[in-house]
Amino acid sequence: MALGGFFSRLKEGLSRSTEKLTSGLAAVVTRRKLDDAALEELEELLIGADLGTAVAARVIAAFRRTRFGRDVSDQEVKEALAEEIAVILAPVARPLVLDPARRPHVVLVAGVNGTGKTTTIGKLALAWREQGLRPVLVAGDTFRAAAVEQLQIWGERTGAPVIAGPPNTDAAGLAFDALTRARAEAADVLLIDTAGRLHNKSALMQELQKIIRVLRKQDGDAPHSVLLVLDATTGQNAIEQVRVFKEMVDVSGLIVTKLDGSARGGIVVALAETFGLSIHAVGVGERATDLRPFDAGDFARGLVGAS
Amino acid sequence: MFDTLSGKLTTVFDRLRGRGALDAADVAEALREVRLAMLDADVALPVVKDFIAAVRERAATAEVMDSVTPGQQVIKIVNDALVEQLGGAGAVPLNLNAPAPIPILMVGLQGSGKTTTSGKLALRLARRDRRRVLLASLDTQRPAAQLQLAQLATQAGVPSLPIVAGETPVQIARRALDAGRREGFDIVVLDTAGRLSIDQTLMDEVRQVREATSPAETLLVVDAMTGQDAVNTARAFNEAVGVTGIVLTRMDGDARGGAALSMRAITGAPVKLTGSGEKLEALEDFHPERVAGRILGLGDVVSLVEKAAETIDEEEAEELAAKMMKGRFTLEDYAKQLKQINKMGSLSGILGMLPGIGKLKDQLDGANLDKTLLNRQAAIIGSMTRKERTAPDIIKASRKKRIAAGSGTSVQDVNKLLRQFDDMAVMMKRMNKLGQKGLMRHGLGALMPGRRQSWH
Ligand SMILES: Nc1nc2c(ncn2[C@@H]2O[C@H](COP(=O)(O)OP(=O)(O)OP(=O)(O)O)[C@@H](O)[C@H]2O)c(=O)[nH]1
Ligand SMILES: Nc1nc2c(ncn2[C@@H]2O[C@H](COP(=O)(O)OP(=O)(O)O)[C@@H](O)[C@H]2O)c(=O)[nH]1
Ligand SMILES: [Mg+2]
Ligand SMILES: [Mg+2]
Repeated sequence: MALGGFFSRLKEGLSRSTEKLTSGLAAVVTRRKLDDAALEELEELLIGADLGTAVAARVIAAFRRTRFGRDVSDQEVKEALAEEIAVILAPVARPLVLDPARRPHVVLVAGVNGTGKTTTIGKLALAWREQGLRPVLVAGDTFRAAAVEQLQIWGERTGAPVIAGPPNTDAAGLAFDALTRARAEAADVLLIDTAGRLHNKSALMQELQKIIRVLRKQDGDAPHSVLLVLDATTGQNAIEQVRVFKEMVDVSGLIVTKLDGSARGGIVVALAETFGLSIHAVGVGERATDLRPFDAGDFARGLVGAS
Repeated sequence: MFDTLSGKLTTVFDRLRGRGALDAADVAEALREVRLAMLDADVALPVVKDFIAAVRERAATAEVMDSVTPGQQVIKIVNDALVEQLGGAGAVPLNLNAPAPIPILMVGLQGSGKTTTSGKLALRLARRDRRRVLLASLDTQRPAAQLQLAQLATQAGVPSLPIVAGETPVQIARRALDAGRREGFDIVVLDTAGRLSIDQTLMDEVRQVREATSPAETLLVVDAMTGQDAVNTARAFNEAVGVTGIVLTRMDGDARGGAALSMRAITGAPVKLTGSGEKLEALEDFHPERVAGRILGLGDVVSLVEKAAETIDEEEAEELAAKMMKGRFTLEDYAKQLKQINKMGSLSGILGMLPGIGKLKDQLDGANLDKTLLNRQAAIIGSMTRKERTAPDIIKASRKKRIAAGSGTSVQDVNKLLRQFDDMAVMMKRMNKLGQKGLMRHGLGALMPGRRQSWH
């Protein structure tokens, strides 16, 4: 994955999004002791970043133990708060590693509607192409209008072949055929796009399970990675999403998209605490190059607006 | 989380209800829980604060404090205030008071559901309101976005503006209105690319589209799962293009939908429509009284009843209900219920809409309740004798063994079914006590704690 400009670009995305939080923080701590009232305001700033009430309270409680009562500068507060959060995030910051022994390493990409699955596949395809690998894409969203064509355009953009079926093909059957082909061609990665589905629709979740079942007829370990794509604007419902997807399709890692917007993706902190699932990467734009590794420190600093 | 919150509120309210008189501290405690419930339902913090302040004022009146049932009063005030802030009773229709072709502009973040909603709107306006609708995609950003809308137009049976490569969104918008005028369309729905509220260039672009088209409605399409960022989005879009209505999509999910309140509070624009599925038929009017209960974690009971009413064979349901009333609900009837429930789709999703049965839902989820399970249960009942079905009490160990063998299941499965049957019968009886008509008329109020002792 191209690291060039990672920090600057992530910061750009995150800092734009944290302008408000930053000015809020400055107002809280400039020329002021970190007293109860100030801590409460900090807690509210975290809630405003989607950490959720429980996690925000815990973070502040821990923060209070180390900082309370001392004279601190604005910068110090931000750094310390970011550190507190980075401790929670560090264990889940793990890149997506492909197993070179697999030909192909099968990656199933799932998530609720509109989170950025297809776009993320395009981004991953580009990153792997740049590493000299051969990814093959599967247009497994056979439901949504023009979903196949959308993925085909990503294939053209990234130079990755796209396997698609006629409209309303059975996604599991398509995935099976694609795996056969990818094995024959010894592709490095098979990236399977799926239709967006809400986690509370059991029939749709079973469809996803079926894809996995069918893949396993050829390769008992497939899929080797199951990625859940999460939209950073999502609030507390993300917890339920992850819980159900994890249970039903054994998600192996997360990718958080749309972090270039004003949403800060604070729910990730709660997710890290609750599930400990790897967070592989973040999406910071609509272009193929807009994918970055997930870095706990950067993310935490972005969250609280520490530069 | 859904259930613990609803439970927590219930606990506080129960405690309040148990007391004779309330003091300011009691009210503060209840409101603290309400605040938490709202935040966990993703209502944005500043909006929650304003809301709680308004409710506190109303709750602190002597009339409330001295009443015989102060707890109920507080709950009622919270619920009423929520309904009011969500727009009051009833749905607000689209404003189509403009000379044809009437432009409707769809705006919002990436992936919020603009294109799908455009298709849904077209279908509704064409089929239900008999209007001539033209769909036009101004999305030159997302790959195959224009094709997506064209395909949805075909599904909806309405025309879409021919795609011309290389045009800017403003050019497409102008061409759409020209076509609308020339070809005698009543309404032109303009779908736009998703954009971030902080993307100045794209926000300027949509502003230009608005200026070029003067839409009768500018609909902000928002995902019901949206978190605290709802305020930023609402503010930015409202400032740039003047939002006239909000569409809340993915209400078929289990998000509590607090964004509805945030959006409404920031823009002042009513939520006009909700999306409840991926199909083009899944567009509904927004009912504040239902979403209020959902935000408070008390469950969207009216929607449940409506959904049930839609799918259930009414005669059979009435017959079953009558039996339940008389306490004569048998396993045979349960088998019929299973068939109906099967028709209703995701059972656990539906149960999630019900207040007070969180535990049952967990049990069912734990049992991984799905169609296979329902079918297995039907098989178990099928292996019972008539006598066993009408008087399940006689089913002891040896009968259980026989039934399990006959249905290709285990004794545990049989036990599980019998337990579930008990739960189900109890739940149905309660549901029934209230009556479908009662639910429709009184809405959530009828189920609010205090008036629903029987639910505990
Ligand atoms: N700003 C921004 N937009 C993104 C990002 N990732 C995806 N998008 C946009 O979000 C929208 C939805 O992305 P898709 O990739 O189509 O999402 P999906 O999950 O495949 O959607 P469905 O298949 O419809 O469920 C598109 O407009 C993308 O351009 C991101 O990181 N930042
Ligand atoms: N379950 C559900 N899915 C929806 C709803 N509205 C839109 N979608 C899905 O959300 C995804 C993104 O929708 P789309 O209309 O392309 O969003 P846009 O990027 O804002 O135009 C698609 O997969 C749609 O099928 C809804 O109300 N419920
Ligand atoms: Mg997709
Ligand atoms: Mg669109």
